Amino acid sequence: MNRALRLIGRRAISSIPVLLIVVIGTFFLLELASGDAVDAYLVSIGGGDAALIEHLRQSYGLDQSALTRLWIYVSSLARLDLGWSVAFNRPIAGLILERLPNTLYLMGSATALAFVFGTALGILAGARPGSLGDRLLSIGSLALYAVPSFWLGLVLSVVFAVQLRWLPTSGIETIASGKQGLERALDIIRHLVLPVSALAMIYLALFLRLMRAGMAEIWRLDFVRAARAKGLTRARIVLRHVARNALLPVITMLGLQAASMLGGSVVIESVFAIPGFGRLAQEAVSARDAPLLMGIIVVSAVLVIVVNMLIDLVYAVLDPRVGASEAAS
Amino acid sequence: MTDLSSPLSPPENASLRKLRRGRLRPGIVLAALVLAFLLVCGLWPQLVAPYDPYGLDLLQSLKPPSWSHIFGTDQLGRDIFSRVVHGASYSLYVGVGATLIAVCVGIAIGLTSGVLGGWVDLAFMRVVDILLAFPSLLMSMAVVAFLGTGITNILLAIAIAAIPGYARIVRSQVLVIRNSGFVEAARVLGQPPLRTLLRHILPNTIGPLVVLSTLGIGSAILHSASLSYLGLGPKPPTPEWGLMLSEGQGYLRAAWWIGVFPGVFATLAIISTTVLGRYIKAYSEGRE
Repeated sequence: MNRALRLIGRRAISSIPVLLIVVIGTFFLLELASGDAVDAYLVSIGGGDAALIEHLRQSYGLDQSALTRLWIYVSSLARLDLGWSVAFNRPIAGLILERLPNTLYLMGSATALAFVFGTALGILAGARPGSLGDRLLSIGSLALYAVPSFWLGLVLSVVFAVQLRWLPTSGIETIASGKQGLERALDIIRHLVLPVSALAMIYLALFLRLMRAGMAEIWRLDFVRAARAKGLTRARIVLRHVARNALLPVITMLGLQAASMLGGSVVIESVFAIPGFGRLAQEAVSARDAPLLMGIIVVSAVLVIVVNMLIDLVYAVLDPRVGASEAAS
Repeated sequence: MTDLSSPLSPPENASLRKLRRGRLRPGIVLAALVLAFLLVCGLWPQLVAPYDPYGLDLLQSLKPPSWSHIFGTDQLGRDIFSRVVHGASYSLYVGVGATLIAVCVGIAIGLTSGVLGGWVDLAFMRVVDILLAFPSLLMSMAVVAFLGTGITNILLAIAIAAIPGYARIVRSQVLVIRNSGFVEAARVLGQPPLRTLLRHILPNTIGPLVVLSTLGIGSAILHSASLSYLGLGPKPPTPEWGLMLSEGQGYLRAAWWIGVFPGVFATLAIISTTVLGRYIKAYSEGRE
């Protein structure tokens, strides 16, 4: 365990420069963008005189030089202060904290479902590479992989929410229902069924393909032949020897997909009108709220780093070779 | 004893290969046909589309699919099929354009990084790693925030988000080729480094890249539909798939066909490019 902790510590320290590069890069990208939040605000209120513009720029600190503002930004970031959203007129940190749980529920349950069903179906396909079942699963997963998530979400909502009326079409919970405790939790779950399935189905395909490909490789290795020669049952060979060894790359993929899952939830949240982190990103772009967009990018970078650290930890626990050399040096 | 493996053996290499060869044929033909149809739609939409994609006909609004309007009509009475056909050009434009730009810039960065090595390589690859770990959709959104909305800006945003991946592949390819015999020979023969780079290293990195870029087109089409679905692409009357989908979403209860058919076309475009891309990849690796 000590080895794993040391690995995490090392990763945490090396992620600080990464975060700094992200912050500086995004800052200058948004800095160069034509028109700032004050322009967007003026358009929304129908223009204003020069004095008002001057006053607004001053109050948001936009009259200072870019470097000064970058310095202010980075130093307040160190105090976990993400600044002030122009579009929402609220502190950004609070806004993100309020939206983030919805996205984490969505991503977390979709990832878990995709991982469990994806690997299970992958084992089914990889148990007999080339069989009919394998071919059907491969074609199915290719189709799922290519479907745009928002379209899948839309079709699911047409079928299950509009035609069959089994589930709500949008939102995270029934508005002003006054539900509390368990009842409220059930309500939220009912709202999340469709978006989670839409997101999970697409990533399921990825895990399925990876698991199947890994297993097809492992079937050819010597230890499988040895297991077969020992007279082990097929089920035991498939599960204990082949599937188990094919699982490691799938776990790596779990970490790599965390980032694209975050991107995928941006779209799904828009389809189902879920007030989450991704929808906030869209709102930030359309309102030209640079500080908010910046905060979102920083938080998602942190999120991706944290998920990858967790994956590293799982990996270190599963595979004793990982991190051994680093810890020894 | 001879048939020890048969009851639980997975098919051995030979049979696997045979299966693979037989398996994808009809799928590939189908994918090629679909793609050819979409290309015709994209290049000469007026040949396929029976109506004007912008033509309003309020008497015919929200009509379900029928013989005169096979995909139905939208809230303004525009023919969905004609709009979807015209939409192909936007998706192909972004798909092909973004991939081309990403590949070219990726080659430039990857070559520079791989050939120069040292701290340049280290710095480039560090940045590339960071960008690769980042949600590409969010990155594209940040770029759109910088450039403004619109179809060409979406193209650029997708291209920028795809560059790091290509750069990484080119670089790893260069590292392999740089140490191979024929590059060594060219160096020993006294060829100038630039000539070695252009005549020997570059052509050998392009092959795998062309293969990967066919797969990249599919994901670029997906990304462009996503971005314009989010309202970051072209403005309303434009018949772009993602935009049509988001417009149709408000009419889901009354007219499901407005949102569903653009998605069918987008899915077909992505599946067909992906299937062909995979086939080309398998072929180039000598598996077919």
